[in-house]
Amino acid sequence: MRPSPARLLNILVPVKRAVDYAVKIRVNPQQTGVDLNVKHSMNPFDEIAVEEAVRIRERLSKDSEPVTITALTIGPTKSVETLRTALAMGADSAIHVETQESASSPEPLGVAKAIRAIIQKQESVDIVIMGKQAIDDDFGQTGQMLAGLLGWGQATYASKVDLDLVQKNAVVLREIDGGLEQVRVKFPMIITTDLRLNEPRYASLPNIMKAKKKPVTRLTPTDLGISFEPQMEIIRVTEPPKRIGGAKVESVDELVEKLRAAGFTAV
Amino acid sequence: PHALVFLEHRQGNIDSGSLSALTAASQLGGKVTGLVVGSSEYVPAVVNKVKNLKGLTSLLHSTSDLYAQQLPETLSPLLEKLLSDSQYTHVVSTPSSLAKSLLPRVAAKFDVPSVSEITSLEHDPSSNSTTFTRPIYAGNAIATVRLPSSVPIKFFTVRTTNFDPASSEENQEIELKAVDAVDVSECPTEHISTQLAKSDRPELSVAGRVVSGGRPLKNAETFAATLNPLADVLGAAVGASRAAVDAGYADNSLQVGQTGKVVAPELYMAIGISGAIQHLAGMKDSKLIVAVNKDPDAPIFQVADVGLVADLFEAVPQIVEKLKQQ
Repeated sequence: MRPSPARLLNILVPVKRAVDYAVKIRVNPQQTGVDLNVKHSMNPFDEIAVEEAVRIRERLSKDSEPVTITALTIGPTKSVETLRTALAMGADSAIHVETQESASSPEPLGVAKAIRAIIQKQESVDIVIMGKQAIDDDFGQTGQMLAGLLGWGQATYASKVDLDLVQKNAVVLREIDGGLEQVRVKFPMIITTDLRLNEPRYASLPNIMKAKKKPVTRLTPTDLGISFEPQMEIIRVTEPPKRIGGAKVESVDELVEKLRAAGFTAV
Repeated sequence: PHALVFLEHRQGNIDSGSLSALTAASQLGGKVTGLVVGSSEYVPAVVNKVKNLKGLTSLLHSTSDLYAQQLPETLSPLLEKLLSDSQYTHVVSTPSSLAKSLLPRVAAKFDVPSVSEITSLEHDPSSNSTTFTRPIYAGNAIATVRLPSSVPIKFFTVRTTNFDPASSEENQEIELKAVDAVDVSECPTEHISTQLAKSDRPELSVAGRVVSGGRPLKNAETFAATLNPLADVLGAAVGASRAAVDAGYADNSLQVGQTGKVVAPELYMAIGISGAIQHLAGMKDSKLIVAVNKDPDAPIFQVADVGLVADLFEAVPQIVEKLKQQ
C-alpha cells in the first residue's frame, strides 16, 4: 500500500570537520590542545551518515518518494569545506552555523542544542542521521543528547536501517556488546552510525562541481538563540606515556621462550 | 559526594566493567548507591550478589517487565526521577553500549555534560569540583578536564582497564531499597530481538590474555582455524582488527581499537595486524605485546615487546605446538 498523499521525507545530517584520521597527532607546546595546522576532513562516521541518507533516497526514489537531505555543520569558516563534501556526496542543501575561529570546539551538549534549534526552525525533520562519535574528542554523545532534548527515539550504533514510510518507523540493527540488537523506532528519530552501516562513496568530479552551486545557509549562534559556552574546563592536554617496543626475535623458539619467561605457558 | 552507579548485568551475571565503575565511584570519597534494574527473573539474584560488593553504601533496585529489555527510552525516565531529588552529585557507569546510549540522554535532560571514558579522577570536596583524565584523538593525547561546582550532577563513564574491579565482602550491611518502575506512555522505541555471539572463551574486555587477528587471515574459516588453537592453548580471548571485522572474518564485538573494545591484558598477541593508530588505541596499554607479521616495517613492531617477522600461517601452528610441548 502506498502512502497517500505522498509526503516528503526530510533527513538532517550533522557533520563535523575533524583532523584527518591518518594524521599523526601532536600536542601543542602550550598543552592547550593539539596542533590543528594539519589536514582536516569530514569525520569518518559522518561520511557514513551522509552515505546512508543518500542510499535511503536512492532506494525510495524508485517509488518516487521525494526525499530531501540537509547537511549541517557547526564551526569556523573553513568548515564549509565539509559541507561541500556532503553536498558532493548527494545532500541537497546545507546549513553552516558559523563560530569564531578562536572559539574552543563546542561541547556535545552545545552541539545537540544547536541541532535542536535548527530542527525547530525547519519545517519538519523526520530522521537525523549522524556519526556515533567524532574521532577528535571521542565523546560519542551528541546523538543521544539530541534525542534526550527532543524526547525522540534513538537508534545508536546502527549497522542496518530499513524504513517503513507507511508505518512511519525504522527497523534498525544495532551493534551492541557481544552481538546485535534489532529495534523499531517511530519517526521522528535519531540514528547514529557504526562502521559497518555502509561504505561511503567518493564524490565524482561532476558532483563536486554541482555541489558548488547548491545552497548553503549561514547562521550565527545568536540567530539560533544559543551559545557554545563550555561547561567543562580543559585544564591541559598532554602526550600519552610512550611505549618502548621494537624488540624482535629471530625464531618461533625464541618467541615461545620469551612467552615462557614472562610466565605465559599453555593452560 | 554521593554517586549513583548504574550496575549492569546480562541475564543475571554482573557485568565486570560495572565493578570497575564502582571502584571509580568509591574514589570520589563519599556515599555510593548502586542501581540494578531488570525483570523479576534476574533482579533478586543480582541484588543478592551486588549487595556484597565493597564500596557500596546502599543499593536501589527496580524490577519490572518494562526493563526486561533495556532501552534508553525506558530507563531514562527512571534515572531522571531518581536524580530529581538532588541528593546525587555524580552518575557513574561502565562504557557499555547500553550506558553509552543512556547516560548522555539523561545528562541532556539535566542540561549538564557527560565525560566519556575517564582513566583517572580526583574529587575536591571544598570546591565541589571533579577533575578527570581521558584519552582523546584515539589515545594520542590525554585531556585533563574539570567539572566545576556549577555542574550539579557530574556524569561520567569509566575506562575499565584503568580501575580494578570491586571485590566482594560477605555479610556486608547495606541499605536495600526497591524503587518503582516509571511508566513510559507511548515509548517511541520497541525492542525486536537480540542476537548474542556465543563463545566459551573469556570475555574480551576483561581477559588476561588476548589473541587478535588481522586482514591477512584471509577469511572467517582460516581466521578461526589459525587463531582458535592458539587462543585455546593460552586460554585467551579472541580479538580482531577493524579490517578483519569489516571483511567479516570475526564478529563486530571482537573489534579492538578506538571505536571498538579497549583492552589491557597481561598478554596481547597481534597476529597479522599492521598496527594502525586506531588499533593501537585499543591495546597499547597491554603488559606484554607480541606481534607476528610478514612486513618488517609494520608499525605494530614499534610497540611490540616481542616481534617476529614471519608468515603467520607457518609461525602460529609452530607456536601452538611448542607451547603444547612445554
